Amino acid sequence: MTAKKLDLMQGTLDIMVLQTLSAMGSLHGYGIARRIEQISGNQVLLNQGTIYASLVRLQQRGWIASVWGTSDNQRRAKYYSITRRGAKQLAAGVQRWERLSDVMGRMLGQNVEDAG
Amino acid sequence: MIDTLHELLARLASFFRKRARDEDFDQEMAAHLEFAMQENLRRGMPLDEARRHAMVEIGGVSQARELHRESRGLPLLDTVTQDLQYAGRTLKRDAGLTVFAILMVGLGVGASCTVFSVLNALLIRPLPFADPDRLVWIANGTSEDRSRQATQVANLVELQAQSDSFSSIGGYSPFYGAGDILLSGGGEPERLTGVPVTETFFPLLGLKPAVGRFFSAEECRWKAPKTVVLSHGFWQRRFAGDPGVIGRQLILDGEPATIIGVLPATFDFAATFTPGSRAELFYPFPLTQETNSQGNTLALIGRLRQDANLNTAQAEATVVGERIRGAAALDRSRNGFRPKLSSLRDRVSGRFRYALVVLAGAVALLMLLVCANLSNLLLARASARQKEMAIRTALGAGRGRLVRQMLIESIVLAFAGAAFGLALAVGGTTLLARLPGANIPLLQSVRVDGVALAFTLSISVLTGIVFGMAPALQASTTAPIDALKESGRGLIGGGRGWMRGSLVVCEIALAAVLLTGAGLLTESLIRVLHVDLGFATGNLLALRADPGRAYTSHAQKLAYFDRLLRTVRSVHGVESAGITDALPLGENFGWRDWGLGAKGQVYERGKRPSPLIRIVDDGYLATMRIPLRAGRDFTNADNLTSERVVLVNETFARTLWPGEDPLGRIITPTLASYQEYRVIGVVGGVRYFGFEKDSGPEVYFPIRQNANFSSVDLVVRGSSSPALLAAAVRTALRSADPNLPAADFRTMDDLVDRAVFARRLIVVLLTGFAAFGLILASLGIFSVISYSVSRRKPEIGLRIALGASAGGLQAQILMQTLKLAAIGLAAGVPASWAAALAIRGLLFDTSANDWATFAGVLAVITCVAAVAGYVPARRASRLNPLDTLRCD
Repeated sequence: MTAKKLDLMQGTLDIMVLQTLSAMGSLHGYGIARRIEQISGNQVLLNQGTIYASLVRLQQRGWIASVWGTSDNQRRAKYYSITRRGAKQLAAGVQRWERLSDVMGRMLGQNVEDAG
Repeated sequence: MIDTLHELLARLASFFRKRARDEDFDQEMAAHLEFAMQENLRRGMPLDEARRHAMVEIGGVSQARELHRESRGLPLLDTVTQDLQYAGRTLKRDAGLTVFAILMVGLGVGASCTVFSVLNALLIRPLPFADPDRLVWIANGTSEDRSRQATQVANLVELQAQSDSFSSIGGYSPFYGAGDILLSGGGEPERLTGVPVTETFFPLLGLKPAVGRFFSAEECRWKAPKTVVLSHGFWQRRFAGDPGVIGRQLILDGEPATIIGVLPATFDFAATFTPGSRAELFYPFPLTQETNSQGNTLALIGRLRQDANLNTAQAEATVVGERIRGAAALDRSRNGFRPKLSSLRDRVSGRFRYALVVLAGAVALLMLLVCANLSNLLLARASARQKEMAIRTALGAGRGRLVRQMLIESIVLAFAGAAFGLALAVGGTTLLARLPGANIPLLQSVRVDGVALAFTLSISVLTGIVFGMAPALQASTTAPIDALKESGRGLIGGGRGWMRGSLVVCEIALAAVLLTGAGLLTESLIRVLHVDLGFATGNLLALRADPGRAYTSHAQKLAYFDRLLRTVRSVHGVESAGITDALPLGENFGWRDWGLGAKGQVYERGKRPSPLIRIVDDGYLATMRIPLRAGRDFTNADNLTSERVVLVNETFARTLWPGEDPLGRIITPTLASYQEYRVIGVVGGVRYFGFEKDSGPEVYFPIRQNANFSSVDLVVRGSSSPALLAAAVRTALRSADPNLPAADFRTMDDLVDRAVFARRLIVVLLTGFAAFGLILASLGIFSVISYSVSRRKPEIGLRIALGASAGGLQAQILMQTLKLAAIGLAAGVPASWAAALAIRGLLFDTSANDWATFAGVLAVITCVAAVAGYVPARRASRLNPLDTLRCD
């Protein structure tokens, strides 16, 4: 059996989507979902359907924009891209995450030392 | 911040464009699935497997759609609309119950809103004056009678000069006679009531004239050319609201008076200060030496300065009062003054606060009863809907969602009921405001206003929550498995009946409280109506018959009265007729103080007896049937040529000559014009000021010897009903004096009705509430017993099959009912007793623990419970055992 996949924390998925769009440019929903799965090395438990809730939320905040387009194999699909406001949000989000993971790292490291 | 706003607007847009967004989403989903399938196919999966795998990776298309909707729209609003639609469907399905519930809530809300509107008009809504909280009533002494609270002109002037608390003091003279002024000239002659007011009176209240202006200093001089201000109602009625009346002249008592202004529609003087009477005209009351010499003539109102309050003003006024009393002790032309301040609001409607609080309490109990009743009904329906709830729970509906669904249903019911109730309240308040003979201040201004609307809105939400809570909780706590199991229906009835049982117990207790209150107050009203007024009220007519200005001398007036009396007595059906200058229960109090005492007796200053003075003719006592206890009545021989005589009532006789025979004794007034009056008879006391005020010392002077009357009432006793008599008398009088206004015809029964108006209104309302409460409680009992019988059908069927007798079964179910009633009464009787103590102040000659009332309440509730229980009991005993056992 494989190890249990990670449950995503609230808000984490939004950052991942923003980061994906920032890195990849315009992408459709399935593409974003696959990309996140690939990058995470299939470590993340992702119901692909939840991507769409995140997408609509981000779009309604004005952080991403969408447009209907045609895929490589001539399939109509909705393509998402990050907006300037979204990029700003991503930068803020990344900074927050780095600080948080830094703090978490130190907290957990200290615990190990105490225990050891 | 901008992002949040952006999101909110977008969510709102999505909320209204659900279908478009869903279609968009579906297309996106389809694309997603296709991409996934193609990738899976590329990896070498068979077609079926590729499709299945794609679906699994998405994690369920409908879940994704649901999540999408929640993220993009307004999920709370979505579910609420859903719940509302669902509630609508459910309520439509149970149309009977829905209509019933709407009726119940409607009646309850209608009653609450009406009572609240009265309370609002009398106690909450500001008086129709500028900054009314700063207005104070300045009484003289602590007498209850407003006329006795009057003070002298010089005292007003001095209080104003010596006190820093008031920015202004003004007043009106309460000694005007109702209908004292005869309007003649153009149109139908009419008797009007004119109120003398000081120059400061209207400005003090902060009033602005509807048209024209108020009195100037010039117009308030002594003997200034006559000017009048009209009440708004009179202006509308007589002049159709024509602004051109300003400057026009009215002929009042034969003299011209110029109209200078009209009061605003917001201010009804009579409704505010003298409820139950009317006031059409206002004329200036000069503050001069001449009016000062008339004695205590003014009812005072002051406006407090911003930095003063009631306490500081009272302290200051007390000091001024002491100074004035000191001066008055040395100066016989000055009267003492004991200023007693109270807020104008208290003065106007404060005495109704108690009764209104009682009514509000009764209505609150009624609303609780309505809630208990509906709770009960919805509980019954909740039981019937247990399966539905169980299925919804099994399908994943959360408990919160179910509770919300049920509460929304009850709130929808409450709102529908409230809409109906509001219509009732609008009708009710309109009716109340137009009730004839009302003597409750500001009652005409009762209406459903914004405040009442807000109140109604909040009580309907509250009601919905209160009566929906129990059923909602019960429905949602059912474990699905239990509910589904219950369809198996065992022989023993379900155990959750206790909740409904206790609701019914509450209903019975509440109904008992309402019934007790209504019973005690009805008893009081009956006692009041049985009070001996000292005269007989039946078949008695009264008519204002002041001699016109044409009759100047005393002799001419007497001749006029003789002619009137002769005419009236000749009318068929008239038994007797007489004349008085102030009617019992009338608008004219006829206060005056001649300082009448026993001859030879020395009284301390201020200790002279002050009997009520009535000037009457020799037919009055007989017509009124005021009993003569000793001596003789007046005759037409008691005139200016004979000895001056008086009649005294028993109380006055006892005051002057305790334990001695008053006949033949001499009475003298304090006035300089020294006159002796011989007591020729003793009569019974008359309650001139109403049923609930004992008669005091009273003395009668013969009109042939005394010209000190201002208004005159003709009283006529007939053998037939007053309505028939009135027409005949009116026709006869018109021929004797065409100038006699016919409008002022009143029957003594009208006056009696007006005197007990407030008490009767409270009794009618409370009795209505109690009857409604009793119906609710009996319906509660009926529905609970019926329900328990229907749940026990198989058991009852089995018993019948095993040979139980119909009588035995009925007795058993009836006992169950009576047990409920007994528990309800066990709680209700102490509660009723507490309520009776709380309303003690409203009772008249009735004890708060009047055992007859309590016994009556016990009997009524037991009977009602028995009837409510008998119907289902009878139905149960007639069950066909085969049917009950067969049904599955």
